[in-house]
Amino acid sequence: MRHRSTARTLYELLSSMRFAISLLSILAIASVIGTVLKQNEPYNNYLNQFGPFWFPVFEKLGLYAVYNSVWFLVILGFLVISTTACILRQAKPMVRDMQSYREHAREASLAQFQHHARFPIGQTSAASQTRILDYLQRQGFRSRVNPREGAVLIAARQGSWTRIGYFLAHGAIVLICIGGLLDGNLPLKLQMLLGDKRITNGNQLISDIPESSRLGLDNWSFRGNVFIPEGKSARQAVLNVQDGVLLQDLPFAVSLRKFHLEHYSTGMPKRFASDIVVTDLRSGQSFEKTIEVNKPFEVAGITLYQASFEDGGSHLTLRSHALAPQPQEATRHLKVDVGDSLALQGEAQGYTLELGSFRPFNIENMADETAPAEGSALERHLGSGARSSARKDMQNVGPSIQYKLRDNAGQAREYMNYMQPIEQDGARYFLAGMRTDPALPFRYMRIPVDANNTPDSWFALRRTLLDPARHTELARRFSLVALGPDTSDTMRARMQETALKTLDLFARGGFEALGKFIESTIPAAERDKAADIFLKILEGSAWEAWRLQHPDAPKTPDATLDRFLRDSLNSMSDSLHYGAPVYLQLDGFEEVRATVLQATRSPGKPLVYLGSLLLVLGVFAMLYVRERRLFVLVKDQGEALLALSSNRKSMDVDQDFARHRDALAQLLDARPAASPNPAPPQA
Amino acid sequence: MDMTHTEHAPLLRRLRAGDWIYTLALAGGALYALGQYRQFMDTYEQAILLLTLPAFALMGWQWKPFRIYLAACAGVALASIQLYQGDLARAEQVFFLKYLISSQTAIMWMSALFFIATGAYLLGLLARSDFAERTGSVLTWCACTMGIAGLLVRWYESYLIGTDVGHIPVSNLYEVFVLFSIITGLLYLYYEERYATRRMGAFVLLVISAAVSFLLWYTFSRDAQEIQPLIPALQSYWMKVHVPANFIGYGAFALAAMIGVADLLARKGILAGRLPAPEVLDDVMYKAIAIGFAFFTIATILGALWAAEAWGTYWQWDPKETWAFIVWLNYAAWLHIRLTKGLRGAMLAWWAVIGLLVTAFAFVGVNMFLSGLHSYGSL
Ligand code: HEM
Repeated sequence: MRHRSTARTLYELLSSMRFAISLLSILAIASVIGTVLKQNEPYNNYLNQFGPFWFPVFEKLGLYAVYNSVWFLVILGFLVISTTACILRQAKPMVRDMQSYREHAREASLAQFQHHARFPIGQTSAASQTRILDYLQRQGFRSRVNPREGAVLIAARQGSWTRIGYFLAHGAIVLICIGGLLDGNLPLKLQMLLGDKRITNGNQLISDIPESSRLGLDNWSFRGNVFIPEGKSARQAVLNVQDGVLLQDLPFAVSLRKFHLEHYSTGMPKRFASDIVVTDLRSGQSFEKTIEVNKPFEVAGITLYQASFEDGGSHLTLRSHALAPQPQEATRHLKVDVGDSLALQGEAQGYTLELGSFRPFNIENMADETAPAEGSALERHLGSGARSSARKDMQNVGPSIQYKLRDNAGQAREYMNYMQPIEQDGARYFLAGMRTDPALPFRYMRIPVDANNTPDSWFALRRTLLDPARHTELARRFSLVALGPDTSDTMRARMQETALKTLDLFARGGFEALGKFIESTIPAAERDKAADIFLKILEGSAWEAWRLQHPDAPKTPDATLDRFLRDSLNSMSDSLHYGAPVYLQLDGFEEVRATVLQATRSPGKPLVYLGSLLLVLGVFAMLYVRERRLFVLVKDQGEALLALSSNRKSMDVDQDFARHRDALAQLLDARPAASPNPAPPQA
Repeated sequence: MDMTHTEHAPLLRRLRAGDWIYTLALAGGALYALGQYRQFMDTYEQAILLLTLPAFALMGWQWKPFRIYLAACAGVALASIQLYQGDLARAEQVFFLKYLISSQTAIMWMSALFFIATGAYLLGLLARSDFAERTGSVLTWCACTMGIAGLLVRWYESYLIGTDVGHIPVSNLYEVFVLFSIITGLLYLYYEERYATRRMGAFVLLVISAAVSFLLWYTFSRDAQEIQPLIPALQSYWMKVHVPANFIGYGAFALAAMIGVADLLARKGILAGRLPAPEVLDDVMYKAIAIGFAFFTIATILGALWAAEAWGTYWQWDPKETWAFIVWLNYAAWLHIRLTKGLRGAMLAWWAVIGLLVTAFAFVGVNMFLSGLHSYGSL
């Protein structure tokens, strides 16, 4: 007995409106958490973010995948239970209510209605009845007549559909939740529990993934990625689970003929499409298809989507330029594929090259953004939406590569090089980017191009200028030129010594070393002058170095060469912080793309879609079908009692009541003598 | 008696000549568009175009001023297109384009008109001037006209940039802010007529002014007005229905919140005698939230259908999706509260006001503070 009543109390709690409101609010608040913390990131990121103490705590709380966590599913489960309980509890009274006309209502209770009115009748009861029934029918009511002593009650109703709306909408919630559960990762969790499946490390070859991490064809709900380089094929999808992967066998093989990548002139992507061939593994039949974003394709109960694309191991040829002053070999060719790790030889012995990415083109804004704009700010924002008021000059600056060089100790720096020289401030440079931390932006060294559009002259000049073995010769030549023929030998020797010191300092640490030297040895008042002298010496020596390599060069540099020398000195100074033994120039490429398709099997989808349809129908029915019950008690002694009720309280009800009251009062008041056979009112 | 009857006779029998002319004009316009531009539309888009026909017809029948409004929008847009003569450069050269009805200029006019309308309504409310309030109404109608015309012309301009660039202007934060302002304005004008009071205008126009201020900031400091081509994920007919449905939802919620503010003031006795009775405000608030909830439900479902096509899952708890869900739960809770007796009045008004904060976060906050797949409108 006691037990039954606890169950009853629980049922009443679960199906109560207060519980529903609390549940909806709790669910809303719980959902916020997963949007504050980025979900499903690699666990290492979380470890870095939260530190070793909080990381496992948050992991236990399921904060890295909130919407798959047990506690969130429990809340959703409560929503299902509560809504179901609510439907069950409301079902009986609502159905009864929908069917009933309440034609047995008593006069006393009708008189209690918020909306009721009495008015006289000026005709026989029978005539009134006909008029009322006629009126009600025209107004879209269905009615029932209940004769009683000395009176007759006409009970009418309309819009009972709104109750069906309740069942549709709330039933839909249950359907959608169930469908969502089927398509979520609950089935996978169960398989991992029951079927002894284990996630494995993502950084291994597909063929190395053990059987315990492979899911069979009988898995009925999954979502995974299929990676296929051009010309290759795949028959498995990779599922990212927690911090690892599982492998899902597919009943077909997909091979990629070609990946299409199109861009607008602004560099924004325009079209991603994969020409694929699908081969059924059982029947051996195959057919071709093109998959695009927003144009998925379903085969064997599995839907394939264009998810993204990657480099599929493009073949690159690189030219390695040594950065040491006296290299064994100044340049060397090497071939490498994107994604490869390669132990370098020669000058870069001891380093591993990790070729991260290759981009066949880069579109950049080359406009001078500092130039003043024309017209007032308002004027610049009038006109068509086609014109940008900012200066824009989008240009393709050509291919680029990004790679890491890792030394024996495991330390790595990241580099980014463009294949073609890029024009900046009126001269052309090879941009060589470097960073020590992936979180930082690249810092660029600008290698000026020579007359042949190559960086070769810069490297040659650099080797001469930074090589200590050449410094004496350079200093000698410089002092000869700088001081003219009739300078005393001691003066010349002093100048030569200064030049030698300058070159030595520059070769060690670039402008930074020179700056430090000036600060530590020269009084503040004379520093500017000293810096000027050092710069002159460097420029002069650079020119001498150039002449050493180009014996037929004129006596003084022309403007272009002058600029080249100054740019060269700047980038040489930067190159001393480049942190790599070689600069890798992209020399040629053969692009290979890979597509990433998403393969899903979602058995819950039909349920969710059906639920969605019912939800919309139900919500509209509940909100826009107005239930009205109208009662007219026609009393033999010439009086009528009108009452109106509705399941919702709103101003519409007041208005409707007033309208019916006025219409009926006028209808029933008509004296039989005045209008024995009144025509029905015309619309 | 005949009056009351005609109001509630079947819809078709209530139509007058004006309604039929309107309907014919609508049908003519749609068929012309279909004949002229069919090669740019896929089957779904043609279906969408044809379905807007009965939707607009119904709206015009139910709400008579809407017919004139649509005609005005079409007139301005067609005049602008006529002046363009297929050449974008004319936006700079032709006086009327540059200073009146090119897309950018029209949207600037919309902004200005909304500001002035706000001022007029405020003046009307504080100085108890019916004239000022009537002016506010007219200005709001004009602002909405310039806004829609601006968007229509923007649509046309996008095709002048290139047929591969052309698309309906509901694809980024800038465009939807314009849409939001217009929809909120129109919803307000509808209730203004239905409840025969202009006293709520000052409140609703305030939220529109806030949106317009954001729009102007976005234009002047970020050059957001520039037409951008569509990235692959956005190239879908779903966008054309999902986004407008969403903004009917947002607009209605914003309106409800501002009515909530008026309701709270009225309950405190502030501006009493000037503001409509709390029952009226409560009723408008309910109506607005009901329509917002219905459309937001549809929009969220359409979004899920679209996501299924573009991303391969109908729901993946992306921050924008999650916040849409939160907004939806919030108003579901609001509707339930209203059903439970005892929880009415100030509590509901407060809840509607807080609802606007939640909605605003889902609308712009997510783009500003959270990253996810919906990053097209990032700030
Ligand atoms: C996400 C979940 C839910 C949604 C979206 C939802 C939606 C709605 C809507 C839109 C209405 C109509 C409100 C109106 O007419 O003003 C409604 C009414 C109602 N809801 Fe829910 N609901 C949900 C969950 C629940 C739950 C869990 C319960 C039960 C505990 C419940 C019980 C009711 C009841 C009893 C009504 C009144 C029906 C009537 O009188 O016609 N709802 N719901």
